[in-house]
Amino acid sequence: MKENTPNDETSLFTKKVSRRNMLKTAGVGGVGVVIGASGFGGLLNLSDSKANGQTNDVVPFYGANQAGITTEAQDNLYFAALEVTTDNKSDLIQLFKDWTEAAAQMTAGKLVGEASLNTSMPPKDTGEAKELSPSNLTITFGVGPTLFTKNGKDRFGLKSKKPAELKDLPKFPLDALEDSWSGGDICIQACADDLQVAFHAVRNLVRIGRGKTIIHWAQTGFQRTKQADSQKTTPRNLFGFKDGTANPDKKNSSEMNEHVWVKAGDGPDWLVGGSYMVVRRIQMYIEVWDRTILKEQENTFGRHRDSGAPLGMKNEFDKVDLEAKDKNGNRIIPEDSHMSLSRGDGKAKILRRPYSYADGMDPKTGSLNAGLLFICYQRNPSKQFVPIQERLAKNDKLNEYIIHRGSAVFACLPGVKKGGYIGESLFR
Amino acid sequence: MKKTKASLAVLLSTSLLFGCSQEKEEVKPADKNAKETSASASALDDVSSEYREYAIGEIEEFVKATEEFTTAVTSGDIEKAKEVYAPARMHYERAEPIAEVFGDLDPKIDARKGDVKDEEWGGYHRIEMGLWEENTTKGYEEYANQLMSDVNLLRAKVETVEVTPDLLITGAVDLLNEVSTSKVTGEEDRYSHTDLYDFVANVEGAEKIYELLTPALKEKDEKLVTEIQQRFDDVYSLLEKHKEGNGYTSYTDLKESEVKELSQAIDALAEPLSQIGIVTEES
Repeated sequence: MKENTPNDETSLFTKKVSRRNMLKTAGVGGVGVVIGASGFGGLLNLSDSKANGQTNDVVPFYGANQAGITTEAQDNLYFAALEVTTDNKSDLIQLFKDWTEAAAQMTAGKLVGEASLNTSMPPKDTGEAKELSPSNLTITFGVGPTLFTKNGKDRFGLKSKKPAELKDLPKFPLDALEDSWSGGDICIQACADDLQVAFHAVRNLVRIGRGKTIIHWAQTGFQRTKQADSQKTTPRNLFGFKDGTANPDKKNSSEMNEHVWVKAGDGPDWLVGGSYMVVRRIQMYIEVWDRTILKEQENTFGRHRDSGAPLGMKNEFDKVDLEAKDKNGNRIIPEDSHMSLSRGDGKAKILRRPYSYADGMDPKTGSLNAGLLFICYQRNPSKQFVPIQERLAKNDKLNEYIIHRGSAVFACLPGVKKGGYIGESLFR
Repeated sequence: MKKTKASLAVLLSTSLLFGCSQEKEEVKPADKNAKETSASASALDDVSSEYREYAIGEIEEFVKATEEFTTAVTSGDIEKAKEVYAPARMHYERAEPIAEVFGDLDPKIDARKGDVKDEEWGGYHRIEMGLWEENTTKGYEEYANQLMSDVNLLRAKVETVEVTPDLLITGAVDLLNEVSTSKVTGEEDRYSHTDLYDFVANVEGAEKIYELLTPALKEKDEKLVTEIQQRFDDVYSLLEKHKEGNGYTSYTDLKESEVKELSQAIDALAEPLSQIGIVTEES
């Protein structure tokens, strides 16, 4: 990384740890030992340089839209939904400013805050991502409906800015939602090709927010790593099926503009360039699925398991013909298959960005506690996710093997320019 | 009881270590350091000696309360013993940064089942088990006598403790760490479920250190002082809800959500409190 050049070392030294500061802190409590023992080389180890050489795995933090939405999905996720405990608006704004600064540093592969030599204080950065590459870390912030109003109260004078679309999803049939896995005033989605880097990001942001926010729920997620799948084929879910084949093209900006990014006129202007995130924590009945015969599994998804091809076809990306019939006149892809119902008439599209989770054992049943943290992005949940999920909840064959335990909707804030802060358009 | 005793040696020998390191110190302007920091260092020394008085005062109260407790046990007055158990412990818990400096005495007085070998286990929690689990004082007279003599020994030894600014700075957060790792989980007083008494005492002990450091802190970072004060207020107003008569409600009566709320309030307080080391910097 750039800190490795001699010039940068010098400038870093003068900037981050002035000699005067160093002497000031050296006088009390034995801090001087650090300097005496390790000299300036040791000092520089305290600087914010983390990784060596790798600069090709940085996703820019600043931009018109937040990263982590149309960014190619990284290998790991750490997701946290927070509750805001402060009732002071300026505290909240300061928090977003502090978060913005820390997020910009961490996504660039740097440590949080300036290095301090005062060993009588805890380090500003928690340290577990030191030496690690940026790992394509993205940090995406969103605000939930309860940030605006909670128990009928206009908490921060933001009620008039609440978009009509930012509301709890309607109750779908078979929903078994638990409060402990639902909702949240703020969300932080950290994605990285290294779980430790993602965890470090959320942990440090939560630490910065301590006293102003508390964790409401949090979930780690994974998918096959790029290393394990160098061909970068469509990932498989924990039922062994390829999922997400028909996602809109993230690289096609007109598709993204049509389906993902909120436009002027969609709602309040502050959210233009943002996107609505729907999160569903979907538990999978792993053991039940494992004893299901292959034909039934394939009819459930509407795809062949091994190739990922639509039933009756050869290859994953072969054209899907939902109407195709076999010689007995039955549909080859069952109408109640997951693929068939997800598509519907094909008009409503969402950008899916799901991650699997595995949380050990369910202590109640002794089963594997695993499933999918389904995350999707869209311009308008009630025209996009909601009709799709209504179809799925009513008829999806997959419902025998899954259950929705958590649900949340967040308005992911527009991107930020250098010098600005995430949420500025909302709080201004 | 403190879970690890590793930091003990450090606390005791801080001044010794510092002395050594200064000799090895190669950074030239060492003299200048000494001058620059002398003012704040002496202010911190004053704070340290004030804290020493406070802690010794608590230990003195602890001796008296332990007398009452152990007498009740040896005379078979089970109701009295139960009544004075939790309030007596509060003095110890307030002064814990100092009390637990004595790595030999702390486990004798305050070990919980499993902290030490069963055959070595005595002290408050051993008797607690007798009182609440077995509902008896019979067979616990010896433990009471031993406890009393250990506590008397603690009172004598505590005079020798050197209170350093480091001890204060780490002590304040350590007290809250005690709350986070054993009181808030209900593992401290697992038979009597009087964990909230210990909880409160630890918070009060931390607050005392904060109060003593407040003038020095204000000079460095006034906002930090406001923040810490606010968070102490938040913790106390939560604890207020769990007051019952002169004491506190049983841990077993706390709802899961209330435990979480208390735990998160301690985290919210301890985070800014961990910044008090800023007082060691010259402004």
